[in-house]
Amino acid sequence: MNNPTPDTTTRYLNVMRTRNSAAREATWLRALRQSAVERFAETGFPMLQEEDWKYTDVRPIERAAFMPLPQDAALPAVPTAGQFRLDGLSGPRVVFIDGRFSASLSAVGPLPEGATVTTLADALNSQPQVLEAHLGRYLPADGHGFAALNTALLADGAFIHLGAGTRLEQPIHVLYLTTAGAALLLPRNLIIAERDSEVTIIEHYAAVGDMAYFTNSLTEIFAGDNSTVEHYRVQEENRAAFHVSGVHVQINRSSRVISHALDLGGRLVRNDLRAVLADTGGECHLNGLYFAADRQHIDNHTHIDHAQPHCTSREFYRGVLSGRGRAVFRGRIVVRPDAQKSDARQVNNNLLLSRDAEADSQPQLEIYADDVMCSHGATVGQLDEDALFYLRTRALGDAEARDLLTYAFAREVLDRVRLAPLRVRVEHRLAAALRERGALHEVHP
Amino acid sequence: METPSRDIETLVHRAYKAGFVTELEADAVPAGLNEDVIRLISAKKREPDFMLEWRLRAYRQWLTMRPPQWAHVRIAPIDFQSIVYYSAPKSKDDGPKSLADIDPKLLETYDKLGIPLREREMLAGVAVDAVFDSVSVATTFKEKLATMGIIFCPFSEAVQEHPELVRKYLGSVVPYTDNFYATLNSAVFSDGSFVYVPKGVRCPMELSTYFRINASKTGQFERTLIIADEGAYVSYLEGCTAPMRDENQLHAAVVELIALKDAQIKYSTVQNWYPGDEQGRGGIYNFVTKRGACRGENAKISWTQVETGSAITWKYPSVILEGDNSIGEFYSVAVTNNMQQADTGTKMLHIGRNTRSTIISKGISSGHGQNTYRGLVKVLKGAENARNFTQCDSLLIGDQCGAHTFPYVEVRNPTARVEHEAMTSKISEDQLFYLQSRGLAAEDAVSMVVNGFCKTVFKELPMEFAVEAQKLLGVSLEGAVG
Amino acid sequence: MLTITDLHASCDGKEILRGIDLQINAGEVHAIMGPNGSGKSTLANVLAGRERYQVTRGAVIYRDADLLQMSPEERARAGVFLAFQYPVEIPGVSNIYLLKAALNAVRKSRGEPELDAMDFLALVKDRLQLVAMKEELLYRSVNESFSGGEKKRNEILQMAVLTPHLAILDETDSGLDIDALQVVASGVNALRSPDRAFLLITHYQRLLDYVVPDVVHVLVGGQIVKSGDRSLALELERQGYVGVAQPSTSV
Repeated sequence: MNNPTPDTTTRYLNVMRTRNSAAREATWLRALRQSAVERFAETGFPMLQEEDWKYTDVRPIERAAFMPLPQDAALPAVPTAGQFRLDGLSGPRVVFIDGRFSASLSAVGPLPEGATVTTLADALNSQPQVLEAHLGRYLPADGHGFAALNTALLADGAFIHLGAGTRLEQPIHVLYLTTAGAALLLPRNLIIAERDSEVTIIEHYAAVGDMAYFTNSLTEIFAGDNSTVEHYRVQEENRAAFHVSGVHVQINRSSRVISHALDLGGRLVRNDLRAVLADTGGECHLNGLYFAADRQHIDNHTHIDHAQPHCTSREFYRGVLSGRGRAVFRGRIVVRPDAQKSDARQVNNNLLLSRDAEADSQPQLEIYADDVMCSHGATVGQLDEDALFYLRTRALGDAEARDLLTYAFAREVLDRVRLAPLRVRVEHRLAAALRERGALHEVHP
Repeated sequence: METPSRDIETLVHRAYKAGFVTELEADAVPAGLNEDVIRLISAKKREPDFMLEWRLRAYRQWLTMRPPQWAHVRIAPIDFQSIVYYSAPKSKDDGPKSLADIDPKLLETYDKLGIPLREREMLAGVAVDAVFDSVSVATTFKEKLATMGIIFCPFSEAVQEHPELVRKYLGSVVPYTDNFYATLNSAVFSDGSFVYVPKGVRCPMELSTYFRINASKTGQFERTLIIADEGAYVSYLEGCTAPMRDENQLHAAVVELIALKDAQIKYSTVQNWYPGDEQGRGGIYNFVTKRGACRGENAKISWTQVETGSAITWKYPSVILEGDNSIGEFYSVAVTNNMQQADTGTKMLHIGRNTRSTIISKGISSGHGQNTYRGLVKVLKGAENARNFTQCDSLLIGDQCGAHTFPYVEVRNPTARVEHEAMTSKISEDQLFYLQSRGLAAEDAVSMVVNGFCKTVFKELPMEFAVEAQKLLGVSLEGAVG
Repeated sequence: MLTITDLHASCDGKEILRGIDLQINAGEVHAIMGPNGSGKSTLANVLAGRERYQVTRGAVIYRDADLLQMSPEERARAGVFLAFQYPVEIPGVSNIYLLKAALNAVRKSRGEPELDAMDFLALVKDRLQLVAMKEELLYRSVNESFSGGEKKRNEILQMAVLTPHLAILDETDSGLDIDALQVVASGVNALRSPDRAFLLITHYQRLLDYVVPDVVHVLVGGQIVKSGDRSLALELERQGYVGVAQPSTSV
């Protein structure tokens, strides 16, 4: 009998076991990896039959069987890396090429007392006790296979630590640039903001070239008492890329986390954003903007857990879909028993610009306390005919009026992006997307 | 083809010979389900072959299925082999002999609802001696309707008298393969209502099971089929305007509605089955599949439900909008108190052009009740200019209950416009205080605020139902404050 | 400037305009008055090119061109301006951006160069005076959370910036207090010129106290039942539509 090619799950498990038997690591880290290996063995790749995955088919990822890159080869030179800088931002820059830290492209610069910006690999050596206390602590036990895959093989990523009372004015730009095809990339970020600290981080994913690869990233954020963390995830992968991300946030007493999820690229994208309001007075703002054109598929799952009383959450996600683009939004808000005075609002709006675009929206409220104010709204629709007519009576051409209204639709999310250079970059991307799409006018011939 | 059908015939025959005759007389079929039981049910009802075959196909399908797990409810496993799937209509000797035998709590409820004494007896299942108005009333109605060509009869009678209609429409909206409980129902359903309104006829009165239920007890696997032919109109009131005594654990009913071109069906339900006691002991599992199909242009189907009873409610009255310009509506009030759980909502499937749907859902949770809205709005590719508006609000009374909202919006057509909004909040203390300061008792104040909250749904109910529904709300929410 | 001949139009299969004839010359101000449902707004919308209304018969010639063949934006570029009865709110599009895009689209079609930012701003600020509008409103989204009066002023501001040949004001006076009404009226008066025509659509005659029309028409049931000078408006005020419309409809 022929030996059949082992399936991707088995191949990944083999990679994990080989790696773990060779590695010399702290016991806690071995245990963390081991439980992730077991979880992955148990779940494998998510399937369409699972409620959380009913709209997103990850079999193409499984079939492609992307493998981790060797860690010892020389890093490729990337002459075009400068294009991915955010001009006008002068904060620390941490750059990874094909998942590996690039010292030459990175520039951390002077930092205030109490702030650490480095790589996870470095932090595992230099401050293992901090990592032991935080790494993997903010993930749900029942996470999906992709999260387990990341943890089982975690190697590097950004490590950001703000000591108590430390404020970092300039945003930290963490750039993951991929150049290699067929690669499995597993960025792992850990952001710890101790009490009274303040920090802004931009997690930025992009590619040079149009090869297929798979980014499977995981970020954990700990917002200590009375801290403020602003987190941007800017996803500009190429149109052949697969991108699965997890962002897990713990929000402590009177702390505030603002998240911006900007999905512009990728072929098949799935993001899981989970925020736990773990103590009273916490505040959580989730903003999201996604454009899906061509055959792009973008799936955002968010989960806000009001675990304690007197917390506030605001969520605002918008998507523009053209071509055969497809978007999935599922936003769950859970208010636990006794989480009284919870105040949660959620809105998801989708704009369909072409015949073949699709949108699935599932806002969800799960409420076990009574003294709450919770609302959600979801819409799927097209440009407002009255607004379109109004603009045309003001001499704007039909195409121009449509572009303007589309842009205005996205603007309402972009207005919340405080960092001007980033906002401008996304605006340009949107303008380019509007120019590029031929499908835009196909609805109204 | 020939062999299996002859086999079935032989089997039926054999089963019949094998001693069911005596059992027929005894009218006691042992608990449990197998093909023989289904043959027995069919034989007892003297059904034509196509019905038996349909039941058997459903049964075989059912054997391959599992109970659904996705609903947001906790259910103790049901032993389907312990259920008695057939029992003949109860003779008057079976029931309680007089009101003195009835649970005083139930009587108290009737009292609050202001139900006449005689009706109370009937509702409580007291064997009332022959003279009861509604039997003759029902007959009168039936004759009047017949002159207009309207058929309104028990399902079992329709199978005998109008097999061509039953054969054409049964399972055409809810196929026997649909879901675990609907499939079970297809295999074992006992009886139910059948309505056919011919072309262009507007049914002059509200049809109601209330008038029919006296003639034959429908049991726990009810099957209803309503067909409104082109241009017809019918309004149907389901169940009963007062709580029914019913000791059955599982209710797995199926309702199918078919509205042809320009036809309109309005279906209203006030459900107040036994919810179990304060500790959550007992109570009905109300697992119902209700679905309507707008089969022609300008057809309209409107569901209105007030769900205050049952330990667990699991139902999603839905509309398949096939015809261009067809309209689907769903208006719902669901109340959960004590340990009740409800997972209810609707599905609106937009297939035709210019199809429109409206969903208004009001959930009220109190005690330890868990109330879930689950709804799907799906716009298929060809549904040009489809429109949906959904509003679902939840009101929480007390800090031990839960309110959950799980809408699914799936849009495949860019000219569609779908809007969903939901809001969950506590009952307003300001409003309660205001009413109490004007002299209302706390419970009346709650009842008044809740009725206000439900107003947009109540106004969809036929008058007499609306009044009952308001009273029921008050009764259902007893003990919610204080 | 504008010649309307036997214009019939319907909406959702219902005929609303039933044969309108109207001639407006350059420099003239015409007022159309009529009760609710008489077809006043339909006429305004048909002239602006709203696709919801179907023209079933008749012709509209605007400056020697067939107006009905033109798209809404072509009409706007050719100098037709409609001040809406209910100006739409457009979140995310700033008022100033719209003004600039609109003005440049009009200038381009006239073969004029686009205005640079400085000249444009100077122009807009000048016109703001005309309608006594707060500058802050320029930077807000179009009409979003504007008061009723602010919306109407914004319409007049757009008119003042775009300098149309034919301005149609659809019940611009409705819902305005007397101060706002005077502001709107003085804006209109300031723009009156020999080469510009106005069509004022109104329910009440009080606007005509401030903007004196050359001709007044009474529209009832989709037809112009009577035309006259300014005194007709006053007569309407005294006798109501029924009284005035009577002689004509009984013919």
